Amino acid sequence: MTRIVHYINQFFAGVGAEDAASIPPACAAGPVGPGRRLAALLSPEHEIVATVWCGDDHATTPGAVDEILDLIRAAQPDLVLAGPAFTSGRYGLACARVTVAAGDAGILALAAMHEDNPGVDEAGAIPVVASGPSARHMGPSLERLAAAARKLASREPLTGEDGRINRPARRAVLVDRAGAERAVDLVLARLGGDQAATEIPLLRFQPVSPAAPVDPAAAAVALLTEGGLVPDGNPDRLESARATRWLRYPLPTGGELAAGDYCSIHGGFSTVWANEDPHRILPLDVATDLEREGAVARLHPEYLVTTGNGTSVGNARRFGVEWAAELRRAGIQAVILTST
Amino acid sequence: MRVGAPRIVPTRGIPYPTGDPSLDPAGERAWRRQLLERALAAVATPVAGPTVFDVEAGAKKEE
Repeated sequence: MTRIVHYINQFFAGVGAEDAASIPPACAAGPVGPGRRLAALLSPEHEIVATVWCGDDHATTPGAVDEILDLIRAAQPDLVLAGPAFTSGRYGLACARVTVAAGDAGILALAAMHEDNPGVDEAGAIPVVASGPSARHMGPSLERLAAAARKLASREPLTGEDGRINRPARRAVLVDRAGAERAVDLVLARLGGDQAATEIPLLRFQPVSPAAPVDPAAAAVALLTEGGLVPDGNPDRLESARATRWLRYPLPTGGELAAGDYCSIHGGFSTVWANEDPHRILPLDVATDLEREGAVARLHPEYLVTTGNGTSVGNARRFGVEWAAELRRAGIQAVILTST
Repeated sequence: MRVGAPRIVPTRGIPYPTGDPSLDPAGERAWRRQLLERALAAVATPVAGPTVFDVEAGAKKEE
């Protein structure tokens, strides 16, 4: 019998919604919430021996994945299942990180989420199977997760037919027709009305629901930038292109950025003007005036920065989800992001 | 617009989004002030999809 630990978030554990997003990891014996239906689909050969959950905001903090993994390991599982996370970005990221950590610890792991979830790109070699877009699709999403879990437990590979979203490692294969012929056939298929014909599915931009408006005079506001503005010398080595990380720095208390103390390491444009006057990238001088005059209630004392130059869509989405969690923890209601 | 950012204030140049080197320092700071004021007005405005908030004109919606 396979021992399974199921990872879910605070909402599906029945603890609470956004109000409970900061709860630390916790554990219970047996299945919880949607895990009950999942356990029924997996029985009798496989048993959910424990369920671990964590608040979605807490799960993004440093060290959280290690805490979660400790709870998972205590249940001595043969297999870890995470999700389904649907389109919840923080939950999907947590599922991806938890299953990657489990994989690194030598435990078989599998995550389920919608194909547009930013967590898909963080899962590395861990298989991710597609779920529906929302909890309304829980039934079929659990069926697919259970079927994939059974295959994985039998050491069979998961493919697109099982709903696998992320691509397994590339294998070179010989095909019978040259690329030129296949490309022409694809064009003809498109002209014939098949809009989906492709050998490589391309990432699509995902529409974002606009946040509700806020009154700036009552709001805490943060300054963000993808202009690669960092302390002179780039001490933390932010990348100039294809950034894989973002950084945070304190804003100087005087309310102005001194030229020479900062530079832009962005590789996508000439940084001469930014280096002459960093306010051309991060408008701290005017933001300070606006705070003093009461146009904004409070200016966040840090800025967040990355380099928006050839950033992969997956990384950009992840930064956005992490920034939102970070800023919400700091009580921020609105941000001004300068884009280059 | 294409990537779906909900509220956008257009600026004058990629290398200086909140600046304008063709202006003298006082003029540049005044332009930066106009941009930030427009940004705060955008934050206070309900939008249904990607919306441009020009400094010069009022808000115009594009799909």
